[in-house]
Amino acid sequence: MNIISGIGDFSQFLARSVFIPWNIHRTKDRILEQVYNVGIGSLPIIVIIATFVGLVTTVQTSYQLIGTVPRYLLGSTVGRMVVIELGPVLTALMVSGRCASSMAAEIGTMRVTEQLDALEVMAIDPYRFLSLPRIIGTVISMPLLCVIAEFDALLFAGLYAHYFLNVPFSVFNYGLTHYFFVRDFFGGLVKTLFFGLVIATSGCYFGFQVKGGAREVGRSATYAVVVSSILILILDFLIALVVFG
Amino acid sequence: MIEVKDLSKHFDGLVVLDRVSFKVADEKLIVILGPSGTGKTVLLKSMVGLIPADGGEVLFDGVSILTAAKQKLYEIRKNIGYVFQGTALFDSMNVFENIALPILEHTSMDRKTVQEQIRRILQIIGLEGKEELYPRALSGGMRRLVAIGRALALDPKYLFYDEPTTGLDPIARDRVVGLIIALKRKYKKSGIVVTHDLETARAVGDEVYMLKNARLKRLSKVDKEFYE
Repeated sequence: MNIISGIGDFSQFLARSVFIPWNIHRTKDRILEQVYNVGIGSLPIIVIIATFVGLVTTVQTSYQLIGTVPRYLLGSTVGRMVVIELGPVLTALMVSGRCASSMAAEIGTMRVTEQLDALEVMAIDPYRFLSLPRIIGTVISMPLLCVIAEFDALLFAGLYAHYFLNVPFSVFNYGLTHYFFVRDFFGGLVKTLFFGLVIATSGCYFGFQVKGGAREVGRSATYAVVVSSILILILDFLIALVVFG
Repeated sequence: MIEVKDLSKHFDGLVVLDRVSFKVADEKLIVILGPSGTGKTVLLKSMVGLIPADGGEVLFDGVSILTAAKQKLYEIRKNIGYVFQGTALFDSMNVFENIALPILEHTSMDRKTVQEQIRRILQIIGLEGKEELYPRALSGGMRRLVAIGRALALDPKYLFYDEPTTGLDPIARDRVVGLIIALKRKYKKSGIVVTHDLETARAVGDEVYMLKNARLKRLSKVDKEFYE
């Protein structure tokens, strides 16, 4: 029953935050601020994670394939794994850990210190002022971060294959491009739009739910990450069914 | 004029406001006195719709705020400046941005006019030259003044002060009290001051009420009746 009412509350919160009259001129600066916070702010961690995802995927794939199938299949296998699955999902999980928690903590602290009440009493809708820019900013940032992560992962995968596995760039690249399907790439990017939506909505939702003090703020940050991570994996499965199933 | 009629509120069976009624005439300040925890803040927040009341009516110039739809509610609130007990300043914004926020959100003023308006408000609250400072760099008294400045941003008719002098040293308290009096006399702001500080009540109140046992009682002799 709690889960059902929670889903209802969450959906209602999303609708209240998104389907709201707003003015682009008054909101664009706050959206850009969120694109900067989520996009540029997450870039270092995303680059580090993507680098190792590319390296590990290449090591594991070569361990299983080299010697049994043509070497160019290393490029195609790694490429499709990164583009379809690992790039979007790991990017989303990283952004969730970094941004959903910080959104929940920031808004939760604003709740505790009456800053949300201050917005209300100044006739400024807190959902429009706080949630909407975060949701739009995160939805814009996610595909951009995903493309960078995928490029970075494939670059380091190619470098590793070239220098350590005796698979030249040209061979790796042949496999990568020969089995590249536009649907894979855009399927991955479409996922990130939904992931961005659930990351920002979770962060804002749990921030707005805070009642109490510092302990509840910390708890809301944890819930935001846990719930958004679970939703990312559920959505990943559902989108996989629709796009690739 | 503000009219409060039979306003009631309870939490989990505990009655905090029991059919509270009073009026605030234009250009008058009324003070609501009472020890901590008696429901003064609940009364103030219920009046502006931040806490839903269980019953009763609050009219601002004849328009009910408690039954107003969101758009109407926001229109009424634009005429109310609210100074929170903990100031509720936005800690990610500096003094200028804190005061400018309602102006930027609700008007189409150009940057220069906004700056001029903020300069005027800073002059009124006596904090010229502090616009670049962030709340964490301000003393308690200065934060209270900035909160009053932000409440003035849209030039509201009514000002609500929630414990405006609590926790301030005597000099800062005198400064805040002086500002509240100046805003009433010079700028014709009416409103409500909620406090448990007798000196503040004596200094600023045209009428003083006491909130006790969820009921509101008008005091004629402040000291005698308060201590009783």
